[in-house]
Amino acid sequence: MIDKRVGSAREAVADIFDGATVMIGGFGEAGSPIELIHALIDQGAKGLTVVSNNTGTGLVGLAALLRAERVSKVICSFPKTAGSTVFPDLYRAGKIELELVPQGTLAERIRAGGAGIVAFYTPTAVGTPLAEGKESRVFSNREHVLEYGIRADFTLIKGCKADTHGNVLYHRTARNFAPMMATAATVTIVQAAAVVEAGALDPEAIVTPGIFVDRVVHVPSPALESALNEAGASYP
Amino acid sequence: MTSAPANGWTRDGIAKRLAQDIPNGSYVNLGIGIPELVASHVPEGRTFIYHTENGLLGMGPSPAAGESDPELINAGKRRVTMMPGAAFFDQATSFAMIRGGHLDLSVLGALQVAANGDLANWSTGADDAIPAVGGAMDLVAGVKRVFVMTTHVTKEGEPKLVKHCTYPLTGRGVVTRIYSDLAVIDVTERGFALVELAPGIAFDFVQERTGAPIITNHARK
Repeated sequence: MIDKRVGSAREAVADIFDGATVMIGGFGEAGSPIELIHALIDQGAKGLTVVSNNTGTGLVGLAALLRAERVSKVICSFPKTAGSTVFPDLYRAGKIELELVPQGTLAERIRAGGAGIVAFYTPTAVGTPLAEGKESRVFSNREHVLEYGIRADFTLIKGCKADTHGNVLYHRTARNFAPMMATAATVTIVQAAAVVEAGALDPEAIVTPGIFVDRVVHVPSPALESALNEAGASYP
Repeated sequence: MTSAPANGWTRDGIAKRLAQDIPNGSYVNLGIGIPELVASHVPEGRTFIYHTENGLLGMGPSPAAGESDPELINAGKRRVTMMPGAAFFDQATSFAMIRGGHLDLSVLGALQVAANGDLANWSTGADDAIPAVGGAMDLVAGVKRVFVMTTHVTKEGEPKLVKHCTYPLTGRGVVTRIYSDLAVIDVTERGFALVELAPGIAFDFVQERTGAPIITNHARK
């Protein structure tokens, strides 16, 4: 019998090692797996490379992981959301490395990494500073730059519903990067607000098939970054 | 320079003028900030379908008080609603829509637009700036038509329509048309070309505030 459930967020992230590359889902607070991130802070792994669209706000979730100085590099498209102060401070102090990637290129690099495509050409960023030093080639009379797929050691994502086989559904715009990130890591860890038995979800409606998921943690009432920030919370 | 204009378009006026040029049924991506105003000025009888690159087609206006969902947001991370017929999708699919040429129009803000259509809208290149690009480079690389909506000059009075961009580029030769508070201007093979002056605005007034020549006799489709 397949059952990918693990008992707690703590247990789910226990083997994340120093220097690991970790993909973290979310666009702003939508889809941010806060409980898994907080468990990672408690766990203590450091020197991490984080792949995520943003860098978190306030002093909770992703921002708290950065503030705890566990992250040496972020691969990111938009690290300066309103309300984010932790990343800008670390960046200006030279305490964190940034690889800035256009959002669509970031998505495709993760998709490619998970799909066994080592690299691809895209017209995005041609003629801009983000294409400097990159290999380029003309196809159909248009310049394209070479971009590489990204793989990670771990992926942390948030679903609204999952089953014991690791099939996942998402809530609205919380889906964002999670389906690609689930495919691109050695170990994919999902926190879900509801966890049901295999067979209870409509197979036609599955967004992330269970083959991409290794661990499912039931987090019944996930915290929201905005609510924690309004309450003045900080973690730990 | 001639004195300050008695007229010209307000921000909403620019949005209203721009919205007139969007055909019924268009799939449109509105950039964060001033372009978002376009959604408030859809001409009678037309429907536009809004794409937001974080993963929603069929985006609706801001929610009523008490009805917001923190996981139903736009690319600016503001809470929105969804229209009947809306669809959610992941980032790879969202940027397939963008890069694959499936969207009809992208409306973006600008720091600078050059006479050859180069756009700079993501960074001033300042040493202490935190670089952040989001989906802007993908939008200009992939969407068929790119409209820029902007004030004609900066707060300091410097032209935003220039000969060559001095800020880091978002894309090369990507802008189709510019809607400012003073005029509508096309980007053509011959440079900037006047389409229309805002109410009460004289051509010389616009030219004096533009960093490159504006031609006035350009034949348009």
